[in-house]
Amino acid sequence: MEKSSLLEVRDLGISFSLYQSGLKKKDLNVIRALDLTVNPGEILAVVGSSGSGKSLLAHSILGILPDNATLTGSISYKGEELTKERQRELDGKEIMFIPQSVDYLDPLMRVGKQVVGVRGTREEMQAAFRRYGLAPEVEKYYPYQLSGGMVRRVLISTAVIGHPELIVADEPTPGLDLKMAEETLKNFRELADQGCGILLITHDLDLALQAATRISVFYAGTIFESAPVSDFQGGGSALRHPYSRALVRALPQTEFEPITGTQPYAGNLPEGCLFGERCPYRTEECGNPVPIRKLRGGEVRCIHAT
Amino acid sequence: MKGKYVSETILKMLLLLFAVTILSFILITKAPIDPLTSYIGSESTLSPAARQQIADYWGLNQPLVQRYFTWLGNIFRGDFGMSITYKRPVIDVIGERFSASLVLMLLAWLCSGVLGFFLGMASGKHKGSVFDKITQGFCLVLQSTPTFWIGILFLELFSVTLGWFPLGMSVPMGVLASQVTLGDRMYHLFLPFFTLTVISLGKITLYTRQKYIEEMNNDYILFAKARGESSRQILNRHIMRNIALPAVTVQFASFSELFGGMTLAETVFSYPGIGTATTAAATHGDVPLLLGITLFSALFVFTGNLIANLLYGVLDPRMREGALHA
Repeated sequence: MEKSSLLEVRDLGISFSLYQSGLKKKDLNVIRALDLTVNPGEILAVVGSSGSGKSLLAHSILGILPDNATLTGSISYKGEELTKERQRELDGKEIMFIPQSVDYLDPLMRVGKQVVGVRGTREEMQAAFRRYGLAPEVEKYYPYQLSGGMVRRVLISTAVIGHPELIVADEPTPGLDLKMAEETLKNFRELADQGCGILLITHDLDLALQAATRISVFYAGTIFESAPVSDFQGGGSALRHPYSRALVRALPQTEFEPITGTQPYAGNLPEGCLFGERCPYRTEECGNPVPIRKLRGGEVRCIHAT
Repeated sequence: MKGKYVSETILKMLLLLFAVTILSFILITKAPIDPLTSYIGSESTLSPAARQQIADYWGLNQPLVQRYFTWLGNIFRGDFGMSITYKRPVIDVIGERFSASLVLMLLAWLCSGVLGFFLGMASGKHKGSVFDKITQGFCLVLQSTPTFWIGILFLELFSVTLGWFPLGMSVPMGVLASQVTLGDRMYHLFLPFFTLTVISLGKITLYTRQKYIEEMNNDYILFAKARGESSRQILNRHIMRNIALPAVTVQFASFSELFGGMTLAETVFSYPGIGTATTAAATHGDVPLLLGITLFSALFVFTGNLIANLLYGVLDPRMREGALHA
């Protein structure tokens, strides 16, 4: 069971220093105490609602956080600390990023040249275009000339230039129709089957259910539960955390039942369990910080989980 | 698409130029200058009958519309009338003066453009540094300083105090025109050129700086980084092109400010270009020359804007190939 993991994120924290009214400086913890692991050949889906800081997780792995962000905890790749220098060396070579939208392409550069980038060759680009069903003339297009589906395929093409081993995909499907979305997921599956580890960041649990090997539930800047995808099926009764179960129950194909309340804002987090205010099983002990622990082949951040 | 865009842009420009002729003609007829008096001089002993004769001959008593079309017709034949100030055909005066100014303007335009672009890039790259703050402060001061004042300041410093450059004119005094060397001309050109360059520098520097910071915040820069591009590669592959395009356009569109700045700089340095001719025409009530200069300067500014507009269509693929997949 114990195989060496590709990416290991331990106790990750990302905070921004902000100036509040006047000169009062305040640290805003957007991500804290986050743990996750990606193994070769698997797709780990990080599922969480929009605007909860998931993209920052992706950016921290690639080392493209803004300058005013502070990073704590550790990120290791193939068992070694992923330092700035290693990121500079591996980004675009082994560690690939598939961004969200066409805004991530230079508007004034032809698509082909962008897919080649600084580390690929024209032959690799052409092979990637063939692989993802892009006509050869797309090479000469500018980003604004691409349709939504073409943009998606172009962005995926950038990830197979070189020798991808870890692919971080940030919301790769919004704006795609069902068929395109399924095709995109199929492409990810293929890459995983070739031995790539894929970190799929999404707000769409349905999508994660279709594609992922394992799912990590992201909430208010941390991960509540990581479990094999099978635990999320069948109504989610095998799940460990009350929020994960609520998430599954909220799906249209299960009970389609939402829970009340909203996620706490990063600047105003409670001391104890982040889900406390919305949790039906809340007890007094939930007011203390909740560590993550292993449970039944997964990980959970809840003291009541069995 | 391309042809249509070009012809549409040119047509718009021509219409605008036509509107300028109407407006400047009306303005000049409503100005408190009597062309007859300024022609014959205010102390002339000409009899009222003779005055009437000249007025009739010139058609000064005809309706405005008719006078306008007579004038426009003459313009089309290349007849801009005689300059009262210089006692020569207006077109000759403008030709001579414009070429003297054009050298000055083009040099200043090029220098301020290139210098401002790189200064702005460096400033944006080191945003918040001492260098950036000094550059920004310098540009903001320049932007809010009147040209003539900077001119006087430079004249005071470089010509009077240091004695490095001449006090004015485009050639040395008391030297035959045939003996004036290119070096003499450059020597006389330098201070007006320097003033105009410095004056034009602020705008393009601040613009480039702002644009640099804006572009660096774009998502495609993030993606380039995430694909292993170094800062230098990002600069050369993405930033340069994305900034140069609007910067070149801004620089072409600033022809009007350049012209305005030049008029003042020439006056301060008594440089015999189109600027000093404008001032002379205005103070002498030289209607034909004033109208001619108005038209030519409008044409000049239009050319700048036209090039800016056309260049955008040629350089920006989003406009150049816009119709391809729309």
